[in-house]
Amino acid sequence: MMTTEASTIDMAYSGEIEHPDTIGAQTLGFWIYLMSDLIIFGTLFATYVVLGQNYAGGPTAKEVFDIYYVLGETLILLLSSLTYGLVMLAVRDGVKKWVLIGLAVTFLLGLGFVSMEVKEFYGLITKGHAPDVSAFLSSYFTLVGTHGTHVTFGLIWIAVMMVQVVVKGLTSPVQSRLMRLGMFWHFLDLVWIGIFSIVYLRGVM
Amino acid sequence: MSQEIIAGSGKGSLKSYLTGVVLALILTAIPFGMVMSASFSSSVLLIGIFGAGIVQILVHLRYFLHLDASSRESWNMAAIIFTLIIVVLFVGGSIWIMYDLHHRMM
Repeated sequence: MMTTEASTIDMAYSGEIEHPDTIGAQTLGFWIYLMSDLIIFGTLFATYVVLGQNYAGGPTAKEVFDIYYVLGETLILLLSSLTYGLVMLAVRDGVKKWVLIGLAVTFLLGLGFVSMEVKEFYGLITKGHAPDVSAFLSSYFTLVGTHGTHVTFGLIWIAVMMVQVVVKGLTSPVQSRLMRLGMFWHFLDLVWIGIFSIVYLRGVM
Repeated sequence: MSQEIIAGSGKGSLKSYLTGVVLALILTAIPFGMVMSASFSSSVLLIGIFGAGIVQILVHLRYFLHLDASSRESWNMAAIIFTLIIVVLFVGGSIWIMYDLHHRMM
């Protein structure tokens, strides 16, 4: 009797027992963080729209963007949103194996996206189209780079969650974290819609 | 184990995710196809790009982030509406002021 009580208290202290209301509060709190992130992206979009035509004798948007390459990035990111949705379905059904497989596939797709973006940036810089050439390139690198940095942190988060699923199992806190990671991941796909529409498609038309 | 998912990305079904992806693919294909075909005037292209973009954002909110007008998520909805007002002020205001300034300095 005493042992049970003690271990219950111990578990409560380690934060592994949470009331459903806690998950609701954490979800809302994380949503508000995402909204503040949306304001950051909003200001970067505003900066890009204002400065995006100032080529300063450097290359124009039409010269530096490859629309087929961007379509590839878009499809990879969209596919990763679907695989993350499947992760959440596996979480709901409590199938640990499929949660891990889904997270691994999402990680690889996200890594593919970030690699394509790094390759794109590297190609631009080696061709002399670095961020310091024009206001257009400065604002472009800032906006798209900020999105890419977010995706990179998402990848770190996915890796951490894979370890937690293996070590802790699908406990309530782990489920809550996976849900917030999903919100983060889908949010980044949503911001990407703005980027491919405003930066790339409008740039090459 | 909590089956009670309040909001966010936990409420979906396989059908809703697949619906979302198919709609998103169509709404990606439309603007990319329009730009690649190079057979539209720039005003038609702009309408196509931004129309498809806005609809796709709504599709993502509905099918991936499961945002709807249900009372349990009224705070999520209130937060995003407030944020969108701020973003519209930032983006719209910046564009308005800077283009007006640009026009006056020509």
